[in-house]
Amino acid sequence: MSAPPENPAPKREPGEWKPQILGILCNWCSYAGADLAGGGRIQYPPDVRVIRVMCTGRVDALFVLKAFADGADGVLVSGCHFGDCHYLEGNFKGAKRMFMVKRLMKSIGLDDRRFRMTFVSASEGAKWGAVITDVVKTINELGPSPIKELNK
Amino acid sequence: MAEKKKTTAKKTEAKKEAKHEAPAKQETKKQAPAPVGSTTKQEARIGVFICHCGTNIAGSMDIPAVQEYAKTIPNVAYVDNYKYMCSMPGQGVINKAIKEQKLTGVVVAACSPRLHEPTFRTATKEGGLNPFRFEMANIREQNSWVHMHDQEGSTEKAKDAIRIAVAKASLLQDLFPKAVQVEHAAMVVGAGIAGMQAALDLANAGIKTYLIESTPSIGGRMSQLDKTFPTLDCSQCILTPKMVDVGRAPNIELMTYSEVDAVEGYIGNFDVTIRKKARGVITMAEGEARGIVGGGCNGCGDCEVVCPVVKPNEFEVGMKPRKAIYINHPQVVPLLYTIDFNSCIKCGLCVTTCGEKKAIDLEAKDEFVKVKVGTAILATGFDIFPIEKKTEWGYKQYENVVTSLEFERLICASGPTGGHLIRPSDGETPKKVAFVLCAGSRDNTGNGKPYCSRFCCMYSLKHAHQIIEKIPGCTPYLFYMDIRSFGKAYEEFYYRIQDEGGKFIRGRVANILEDPATKNLHVYADDTLLNRPVDMEVDLVVLAAAVQPMEDTNRTRKLFGVSCSMDGWLLEAHPKLNPCGTTTAGVFLAGVCQGPKDIPDTVASAEGAASAASIPIHKGEVELEPYFAMCIEERCAGCGMCVNLCPFSALALVEKEGRQVMQVTEAKCKGCGTCGGFCPGGAIWMNHFATPQIVAQIDAFLLGGEQ
Repeated sequence: MSAPPENPAPKREPGEWKPQILGILCNWCSYAGADLAGGGRIQYPPDVRVIRVMCTGRVDALFVLKAFADGADGVLVSGCHFGDCHYLEGNFKGAKRMFMVKRLMKSIGLDDRRFRMTFVSASEGAKWGAVITDVVKTINELGPSPIKELNK
Repeated sequence: MAEKKKTTAKKTEAKKEAKHEAPAKQETKKQAPAPVGSTTKQEARIGVFICHCGTNIAGSMDIPAVQEYAKTIPNVAYVDNYKYMCSMPGQGVINKAIKEQKLTGVVVAACSPRLHEPTFRTATKEGGLNPFRFEMANIREQNSWVHMHDQEGSTEKAKDAIRIAVAKASLLQDLFPKAVQVEHAAMVVGAGIAGMQAALDLANAGIKTYLIESTPSIGGRMSQLDKTFPTLDCSQCILTPKMVDVGRAPNIELMTYSEVDAVEGYIGNFDVTIRKKARGVITMAEGEARGIVGGGCNGCGDCEVVCPVVKPNEFEVGMKPRKAIYINHPQVVPLLYTIDFNSCIKCGLCVTTCGEKKAIDLEAKDEFVKVKVGTAILATGFDIFPIEKKTEWGYKQYENVVTSLEFERLICASGPTGGHLIRPSDGETPKKVAFVLCAGSRDNTGNGKPYCSRFCCMYSLKHAHQIIEKIPGCTPYLFYMDIRSFGKAYEEFYYRIQDEGGKFIRGRVANILEDPATKNLHVYADDTLLNRPVDMEVDLVVLAAAVQPMEDTNRTRKLFGVSCSMDGWLLEAHPKLNPCGTTTAGVFLAGVCQGPKDIPDTVASAEGAASAASIPIHKGEVELEPYFAMCIEERCAGCGMCVNLCPFSALALVEKEGRQVMQVTEAKCKGCGTCGGFCPGGAIWMNHFATPQIVAQIDAFLLGGEQ
């Protein structure tokens, strides 16, 4: 896993669209991994806003849908690797729901690449940097969420 | 920014209608088994405190701009900043503001809640608020440190983070941690030097300690070593007294040839199931219990003599035979034979020889024992990296290439050769011995370990000393990358070996080839100090192989809910400030299972873990975070989906007022929220991570905050 480039923030003109991406992270693995990326000063783009929950099992499919309804351009849910859940199997149950969300997004014509679930452990700071860089790149390519246009 | 604010205002306008629902939600919530002293009805007044963390935060973002923005966030009553919020004066700022501004909630924008949440909760409590009315905005680990060169981006992100935190803080409720009793007993898994030291310390502190060891004897890796660096103490001489102490300590219940099978519960009350593997031999105490006078195994060894099955002895790294009924070496604790049922042919000769003692039971089965402990220490140790994977060095292809652990046994007086170092090919005494350091360590090729195994330099110096001392005229050649002699009196030991005639060649060994006629080995390397290639013919090559976690570590750690790092070593709670703790409360780490350590560091870490593990036991009770689930009964349809989702069996359906509703056993609930994330009726209230709180955070981010 290579570290992302030194300053990966895309250069933007003032007033230009910036992606709004929500990250929901489990306390024990991905949030700790994101903290480790900080300790290691691994640089990644600043477009993801993070909400901490104890476990990805806590993530209701409705939270993801609410974020999209509110106009989020992307949502990232990140938890422990399978078999490493602090609560034994919360991430399995969370992941199952997230597949359902992806299927729903496909059916209603919302590009399901806007939603991603990743597995980053507490020791994978560099991986966290790479995940965020890739998520932001994907959302930048997809552009603003179509729901945002409807909300106007 | 101005434009963004306009949209925000528009959105909030649109949201106002939706907002009318919120009080209704709160009403329902109040009727639910709501926590005592709930103050959700009262208007939220949130104080926001922004930390500079020296220049750690202030250096990457515009703090005054963040502060000005924070004042405009709905529900914010007070904003302040300080150079170090976690310092005593910083906490004083919070304390004072809570009282003077009549705050109902506190937001500190600083480092990670994983670092300082406990600190600021205490400060909140000292200010007179319930400590759970505190929320942290992480603007350091997940902001200023990772967007160091993007001032605008990090400033905007900090504003959003504070807005999100304020939204949550506005809806937080008073919570009260649950105190639980701590069982006055501890468990140590693994009885190497780390586990033994930890168990002895716990036992001496008056705590009943279960010491679980998967092999038939305690002692671990250290009992396989000949000498220890840099003092050259005989390893067995300093270890066996400790082994005997462990064996006879009244507070230690030793369970060898046993494994942890299942773990349930939480700090203070772990219910551990131990599998006692079928040993086929009963102790004298068990013999007495069965009414056999003078019965049980007394370690006489008559059975071993008659056993017809011959197997390699694992303790001697396969260089010595053992029988199917065996002890690994004469100093085992407990002195009790073991039958290897995988190779036993059940001929019954041992049973006949044992005679009246009736110590042998060829039909023995695994037994399961349940114990209850308050805390547990993992000390599962290490194994040698299978160095044959590095084919260029010829281990297991050439007879005269051995690992350092094999060398330890070959040079040890109690080893297979009685301490006479020989070449495995012809039994001759070697005159030129090459030591390959960093064999598989500090290896980024993907076929090896990227980390330093930490003690190989020092034991290779010790090996060099031993052959100079034991074999006149024998020269050690050490091929090294760097000599890492980091410990007390280690560098001096390095000088000593140089003076004694050890030859040091700085260069990584490229490959090793065997001369088929003489079985001598050609070591090819690049001498990077003299800048010339080396082709050296030696009699014996010793590979200082990398270390890796024991194979079973992964299974054991998952039972205890402990994470591991990418290379498999168990993950500590904090690498600097909590190296013995784990993220599972009440579970601690000792020794090499956390990462490579030499013996002094291992013993120190074991004593640290024992001390940490004894604290909750001596206190007698611990507080659990009150994050448990609660049922909002009027919304519960009694479908029971949550009951099957819960991995801890904390939920059940009960009959109430003529219908089925879910009920939570708070002591069993660990607060993961898996039930709350699924409940189709929204009937589960997760304390501190409740649906309205999380939705408020999402709305605050995307729509501009609560009003």
